[in-house]
Amino acid sequence: MGKFLVRRLLNYVVLIFLATSFAYLLAATNLYPRGYFEQMQPPPTPEAVNAQLDALNLNDQTPLAQRYVTWLTGVVQGDFGQTIQGRDVTDQVWLKAGVTLRLITVATILGSFLGIAIGAYAAVRQYRRFDKAATVASFVVLAIPTVVIALSVQIGATAINGALGFQLFLFSGEYSAGFRGEWWELLLNRLHHAILPTFVLAVALFAAFARYQRNMMLDVLGADFVRTAMAKGLTRRKALLKHALRTALIPTITYFTFTFGLMVAGATFTEKIYGWHGMGAWLIDSISQQDVHVVAAVSCFMAVTIMIASFLSDILYAWLDPRVRV
Amino acid sequence: MSVETIETAETTEVRPGDETPVLEVTDLTVTFRGLNGNPDVHAVRGVGYSVRRGEVLGIVGESGSGKSVSSMAAMGLLPDHAVITGSVKLHGEEILGLDDRAMAARRGKVISMVFQDPLSGLTPVYTVGDQLAEAVLVHNPRLPKEQARKRAVHLLDLVGIPNPEGRYRSFPHEFSGGMRQRVMIAMAMANDPDVIICDEPTTALDVTIQAQILDLLRTAREETGAAIVMITHDLGVVAGFVDRVLVMYAGRPVEMGGVDEIYYGSRMPYTMGLLGAVPRMDLERQGALVPIKGTPPSLSDLPPGCPFAPRCPIVRPECSLAEPDLLPVGGQPSAETIEEVHGHTDDTSATGVRDTGVQRVACIRSGEIADRGWTAQDIYPVPDIPEVPVADVRREDRAEMLRVEGLTKHHPLTKGAVFKRRVGTVYAVDGIDFDIREGETLALVGESGCGKSTTLMEIMGLERPQAGSITVMGHDTASLGKTDRFALRRDMQIVFQDPMSSLDPRMPVFDIIAEPLRTHRFSQADTTRRVYELIELVGLNPEHATRFPSEFSGGQRQRIGIARALALEPKLLVLDEPVSALDVSIQAGVVNLLEELQARLGLSYLFVAHDLSVVRHIADRVAVMYLGRIVEIGDTESVYTKPAHPYTQALLSAIPIPDPERERARTHIVLDGDLPSPANPPSGCRFRTRCQKFITLSEPEQERCMSVEPSLDATNGGDQAAACHFAERQRVL
Amino acid sequence: MSTTETSPKTTAGVPTVPPTPSRVKDIVRQLVGTPRVIVGLSMIALLLLFAFIGPLLTGWDIGERDYLALKSPPSPEHWMGTNATGQDIFTQASAGLQKSLLIGLLVALMSTAIAALVGSFAGYFSGIPDRALMWIADLALVLPSFVVLAILSKHFGGDGGWFVLVILLAGFSWMVTSKMIRGMTISLREREYIHAARFMGVPSHKIILRHILPNMSSLLIADATIAVSTAIIGETSLSYFGLGVQAPDISLGVVIADGSRFATTAWWMFLFPTLLLVILVLAVNMIGDGLRDALDPQSKSRRS
Repeated sequence: MGKFLVRRLLNYVVLIFLATSFAYLLAATNLYPRGYFEQMQPPPTPEAVNAQLDALNLNDQTPLAQRYVTWLTGVVQGDFGQTIQGRDVTDQVWLKAGVTLRLITVATILGSFLGIAIGAYAAVRQYRRFDKAATVASFVVLAIPTVVIALSVQIGATAINGALGFQLFLFSGEYSAGFRGEWWELLLNRLHHAILPTFVLAVALFAAFARYQRNMMLDVLGADFVRTAMAKGLTRRKALLKHALRTALIPTITYFTFTFGLMVAGATFTEKIYGWHGMGAWLIDSISQQDVHVVAAVSCFMAVTIMIASFLSDILYAWLDPRVRV
Repeated sequence: MSVETIETAETTEVRPGDETPVLEVTDLTVTFRGLNGNPDVHAVRGVGYSVRRGEVLGIVGESGSGKSVSSMAAMGLLPDHAVITGSVKLHGEEILGLDDRAMAARRGKVISMVFQDPLSGLTPVYTVGDQLAEAVLVHNPRLPKEQARKRAVHLLDLVGIPNPEGRYRSFPHEFSGGMRQRVMIAMAMANDPDVIICDEPTTALDVTIQAQILDLLRTAREETGAAIVMITHDLGVVAGFVDRVLVMYAGRPVEMGGVDEIYYGSRMPYTMGLLGAVPRMDLERQGALVPIKGTPPSLSDLPPGCPFAPRCPIVRPECSLAEPDLLPVGGQPSAETIEEVHGHTDDTSATGVRDTGVQRVACIRSGEIADRGWTAQDIYPVPDIPEVPVADVRREDRAEMLRVEGLTKHHPLTKGAVFKRRVGTVYAVDGIDFDIREGETLALVGESGCGKSTTLMEIMGLERPQAGSITVMGHDTASLGKTDRFALRRDMQIVFQDPMSSLDPRMPVFDIIAEPLRTHRFSQADTTRRVYELIELVGLNPEHATRFPSEFSGGQRQRIGIARALALEPKLLVLDEPVSALDVSIQAGVVNLLEELQARLGLSYLFVAHDLSVVRHIADRVAVMYLGRIVEIGDTESVYTKPAHPYTQALLSAIPIPDPERERARTHIVLDGDLPSPANPPSGCRFRTRCQKFITLSEPEQERCMSVEPSLDATNGGDQAAACHFAERQRVL
Repeated sequence: MSTTETSPKTTAGVPTVPPTPSRVKDIVRQLVGTPRVIVGLSMIALLLLFAFIGPLLTGWDIGERDYLALKSPPSPEHWMGTNATGQDIFTQASAGLQKSLLIGLLVALMSTAIAALVGSFAGYFSGIPDRALMWIADLALVLPSFVVLAILSKHFGGDGGWFVLVILLAGFSWMVTSKMIRGMTISLREREYIHAARFMGVPSHKIILRHILPNMSSLLIADATIAVSTAIIGETSLSYFGLGVQAPDISLGVVIADGSRFATTAWWMFLFPTLLLVILVLAVNMIGDGLRDALDPQSKSRRS
């Protein structure tokens, strides 16, 4: 068991290393940090630019292999280099990761719970009105890109705010800039800002989970053990709740874990549109700023979350399902 | 309507003074509404029966005859889109149409059910004990949890689960099939019900386990005094177990009566055919089996008249006018009456089918059959099967087709689906020897997990085995090159068990049969000619060539599989349980075909089966396997009449015979426990842990069994050999 | 061995494998019984008409500017209004729809083909090929696809540049499907007809192509359909940040991204292309889901 785990984790480390290196090399060869400095006002001298680039280990006149080795030596020691503005990338990572995690945790939990409940009930009422309504709703939501949902919600919020004459919904930033107050006022302000982006993410997730849970539930509805439970004297409702749903939840929970890992990247658009300075927004900004080190660091972070999520979902599966329990 | 007068005359016939039946089903019909423009399926069309306390009723029928659906309807377990009419009375109280809550209060308390497949019948995520305690608690909500637990442990003990305290916390997947079925029975017994419906309770189990479960059901009946409704397709199981029999066909009862009346005096051609189609293990020379031509009708598109008419050997024109009612023998209306009634009305709906206790038959010629004393052999055309051409040549002088020596196959035992890792070695096949001569059939028998299928796969792979050797027609597989191996495949082909999965569903029959020919580079013209020749040979029609496997019945599909296997004119045919997935009436036709092909084409068969009755019918020699070893081998005659190994004796003894009198007179040897894990076989003799003989031995003798593995030694100076230190030939049938 | 068959009227001349209508008819019957597919197909048909005939009807060329009507609302002149530079939204949207459809179809086709081959070979051969292929799939899952697409987006411009985007999108969307196909292959591999083929000497790659993949075809078709909509949505999202199809090519995503900046002031610029996109994806999803229900034998066995 121990040996097995070690081998598996080692494989993960190798995959993450390769993914990060790939991202670094791609960014280092395709992005043009020199341009970032050359367009500054007033234009710096070529010597000054080179000095800056050398200090950041971004000089395209240094051989790629040498830059890579320097960068890698840092990474191994937990140092992802500096941003193009000269700040420490590693510190920033934790800051941005916090923003993203705050956003997606609530949204994933909310969306998945709603989706599971509706999907499971829809399966029980297969082909009835509720099922049809739920199916149509999730189909429509699944057909709209998150970008469009986010924009539409923003437009709707603007309209409502305009009609009401005050800011019922806030859709810019994580908190009001320069806001001062007690800790609970600050918390309230943050919550206020979080409503819309959370809603957007939750809606998109709800649709996926509703479809998934419905399928899982349909698979066990006709199962022999549900029939056995009813033959014992349970009502259909109780048999479905206690035996069918419990069994059908196992794959959904693993799916949930896996989704959570993907959401770090999936929240990019919502972050960007709602002005949250999370991982995704940072990545987009860094690409336009030719910031090689940030691109590599964010790629590494996303690879790590995906790996952790898939590992956790495996563990959860084994833990929840006695058939595969170790 | 004249039919009605008959019915009223009948109802007055109810025996006076009888207590009310525990369960009385009258004129039950179940229709599944077709979705998406599919036609409705009339799964049950007028079933009636009644059972009294302590009585056992057998419901017999082939797959799709509506036997399971009718009992599910009685339990209120059918889905919403099933339309149910008729009447189901529990202790005289109508329960059809009660709401789910009211039905739930009765399910498991008054009427309970044991299902066929114990594999999926228990919720995988709860422990066995909790599920059992739930059955107790649901009807006694105020019972303390601790007491429900105690009751569950007691029940586990009652159904023979060793170490019930510890096993309470096991999950269903940690139990073997037989143990799961015991748990299901414990669940059904939990609240001392008055009726237990058993839906094919032993079909998925091995024979020695089947014997245990049947014993247990007898105990359950004695313990609870409940009436039992036994649903099965196996005429052997019913013979020794039930009091009365109801035979179903196409959703309707076609014959009903006491078990002896049905087995010795059936008056319905269908029942007669069924009984004639069963291979008999207890008869020395049975001759060809009685095949029933055709297949059961589709329940969504029934022809008018008797549903069996298209397959019936003694069909009359008036049979297809109206569906005959279930009436006492000789009580059927005359042909003229039928025509007259038919002229008035074409109403063929069920007319008050209820149980009256006397033998009744739904056949207008039942009186005639009774008068003339016809049997299956009299009314069914039985094919004449020629002798094998080399039958006169002595076995030693015939060419050797296959020789297996010391064949071994071990594979790693892994654990965990997510974190897969090796935890041991499965000794699937652990050194076996046998040979097959020209024109001969060797049967490899044994229960699931004994290694017989692994043996086949090893032989068919034509690779170098892990240990030992395989020699096919003089070629040692270890020394075969790629081209030689490819060429040798022409001489050895295989027919599989499951006709559903042995044919590629996406290929038309022509391509399926042509595939081996094309692979071995036959010209287009030769391929075409040969395919049609083969289609003819196995008894299919040329126009079948363009159809897909899904359009055929199981028996026809098996014929396609046989045609494919014969395409390259092999000399040796490996048959992997070729008839075990088929209904009895279909099975007989395929068995006859195999025998006929062997005689005509001079084939040799390696026949793998768990059904010892079929083996007796078809095999010349038989090898019995247990935990990867051959424990007894010899000519079929000797092994069946005087088996020497205790396992063979137990195996033969466990099989029920479709003959009520003999079955009642027999004492079965019931083995203890389950097959040990092939990953951890017992030391010395592998069978000693379950051996009925081992217990009777003295201590030094037992010591020998535990430490020395017995070798396969001749027991009768002839062909028979057994691997037992204390082999003793004994008659068990 | 002499099979002295009296070959009746020598059927040998019969055409070997005449096309069999029965199965096709069966599928068609099932599809007709699945209204979702019918509705989806008719919606797609209408969209196709719109995409290919639409630009011919308006009289405006793609990219042509009407300087007299900048940001004008829908009118008889411009049925869906114009954008800030005076381009006709109707023309732009229909041209964008063309490209979006093309991208969706190509990506789906490629990614499903890769997934089918990788998954079936890995599942059939097990052992080292299996581990190697699945390791590659894992690696592709971990690679930051967004980073790669964003960084390489400058290559999407120019003649045929959009095809680079198609290849990249396909390259990052086959992994999950291939794992599913691998799982199915592993269970199919133990089917008896696969054993039968092996025992008659059919080579492995032929078994995969002749027996395994055709038996998953319904699932593959359904999955490819879903992949079409995923690709379209993916391209739209990229376009929002200017990382998708580059000028002079135009996709629905580009039109929507243009319009989104004026969503509150000039609603027609955002609403019409967005509606088109939603209808397109909805239609594709309905077909895919309907196909899965109609063709997947497992979903049929759900009746108790």
